[in-house]
Amino acid sequence: MSAHDLWLLSPELSVAALGVIVIIADLILEKKTPLIWISVIGLTVPLTFALLLWFNTPDPEIGVFGTVTADRLALFFHFLLIGTTAAVIVASVTYSRKFAGFQGEYLALMLLSVSGMMLLASSRDIITAYLALEVSTLPVAALAAFLRTDRSLEAGLKFLLLSALSSAILLYGLVYLYGVTGTTDIGGILDAISGMSADGGRAFGSSALMLGVVMVIAGFGFKMAVAPFHMWVPDVYEGAPTPIVAFLSIASKSAAFAIVLRILYTALGSNDLAADWSVLLAILAAITMTAGNLLALTQRNIKRMLGYSTVAHAGYLLVGLAAVAANSDSEGFIAGPQGVLFYLVAYAFTNLAVFFAIIAITNKTGSDLISGFAGMARRAPFMSVLLALGLLSLLGIPPTAGFLGKIFVFSAAVDSGLAWLAVVGVINSVVSAFYYLRVVRTMFLDEPENDERVTADIPVWAATMTASAGLLIFGIAPSSLLEFARHAVSGVVT
Amino acid sequence: MTLENVLLVSAILFAIGLYGALTRRNAIVLLMSIELMFNAVNIAAIGFSRFTLPAALSGSRIEVTADTVQTALSGHVFAIFIIAAAAAEVALGLALVIAIYRQRQTTDVSELDTMRG
Repeated sequence: MSAHDLWLLSPELSVAALGVIVIIADLILEKKTPLIWISVIGLTVPLTFALLLWFNTPDPEIGVFGTVTADRLALFFHFLLIGTTAAVIVASVTYSRKFAGFQGEYLALMLLSVSGMMLLASSRDIITAYLALEVSTLPVAALAAFLRTDRSLEAGLKFLLLSALSSAILLYGLVYLYGVTGTTDIGGILDAISGMSADGGRAFGSSALMLGVVMVIAGFGFKMAVAPFHMWVPDVYEGAPTPIVAFLSIASKSAAFAIVLRILYTALGSNDLAADWSVLLAILAAITMTAGNLLALTQRNIKRMLGYSTVAHAGYLLVGLAAVAANSDSEGFIAGPQGVLFYLVAYAFTNLAVFFAIIAITNKTGSDLISGFAGMARRAPFMSVLLALGLLSLLGIPPTAGFLGKIFVFSAAVDSGLAWLAVVGVINSVVSAFYYLRVVRTMFLDEPENDERVTADIPVWAATMTASAGLLIFGIAPSSLLEFARHAVSGVVT
Repeated sequence: MTLENVLLVSAILFAIGLYGALTRRNAIVLLMSIELMFNAVNIAAIGFSRFTLPAALSGSRIEVTADTVQTALSGHVFAIFIIAAAAAEVALGLALVIAIYRQRQTTDVSELDTMRG
């Protein structure tokens, strides 16, 4: 490791160091609330490093024996992950009283998990990517079980068992990629594949390569919550602490999309290979959207409903990944991934707003059932409006960021000859209106259980306000974020 | 012994593990089945490495450089990291199983059904 390697890894390393500092401070401090502010203020250090890297590295730089890069794509995800984590930590000020005495471990595990996710976005080598995936997953399993109730423990064990199973499947695929190409370097895999004699009749040119790619997509599919690998989602979302659910639904999913984007567009980025995996992803996207939306229709628990909604949104995101232009001019090629990045940011703001509003309300009412939100517009008018705004953005109503995200991925799909997939997506959006608007109707039209006011604490109120402001700002003025996303993908998509 | 033999053993082991992971009810047996799948992956990784290393070293066309050796040894490195990560996974899994056993006196995952829908 040279100084240059440390410089490229500085955002990841400083987040991990912050996690260790929080654990040590936990031993020293009597009161635990300052730990939250240490974490949030400490997160400005990795943010500064990421900003310095963004402005000081003109070319994608590669370090640590070619396994790690600090290119624009990685840095884009660093910003997204750091921002999400800071917001989740602020919003868990009140909630974390539920595990009094263990706030230090709670924060440290979350920070260590984020360092793994950031490394996942930066990795250029499949071994590094696998290790980063494990570093990001294992703390989340512990966090899901953090409430120590029956449901929470069950959520933790289910998450761990299914993520271990998916890791095994992913590894089998990665080893076949290594076996076929003789290299673990994501950039080197493409060179090795283009040097091989391909069997034109077969998808991906060889059965072994096809096996590898399919198993890699299946393995990462668990992390992205793609059907039919979404079985863990509803149970984990229902049982785990609500801030962790917000963290899982945004950070974990973004990191998985980052590495999948890098593997697909770098290691398997040649035109004939892209045509093959584009079909595979399009079919997965259609199944995922439909399954997520149909299963969400009958849910009574709002966290469980949002779990299925997450599955549906993974489907919309896959539409963007599948949108590799068949006409393969570089302009069309970039629209899909660019849309995915925009969608991920829009989805992050939206989902944070929704989950924070739910945290603010359920902190007082204690019930996750949708019926518990009856008449909430009278008991907590402001929070109800913000929650409704978030749900409308998930549904995709203008002028929210969620609407524009859907426009970008669906139009990229149409431009690349996947018009049928865009039609499936639009029909699914209409279906999703049913369950999102049902919550809004319950809040605004039903009679409240009692007239007791529900007031939010200042930290969670501020976090909800910030997330809602973001989803409105990027819904009205998307051009700067779109340009940012274009910069981020331009180095990877050629 | 050829690469095909090694990959066949690996595939059979992986299939046995996957079958166990999908059908067994006991959480500890589930962890064992998943461990079997990880070891199947290790065998494949070492197999690929073993049969590409001599080719890289003795092939007349390929010059032996630090690069080719590093490429061929990646499989070994991969296997070592997988063993370490699998150990961490099992440690956390057993901790969760113990926590659940203390509350419910069961390790049967089919009884973990407080959440439905």
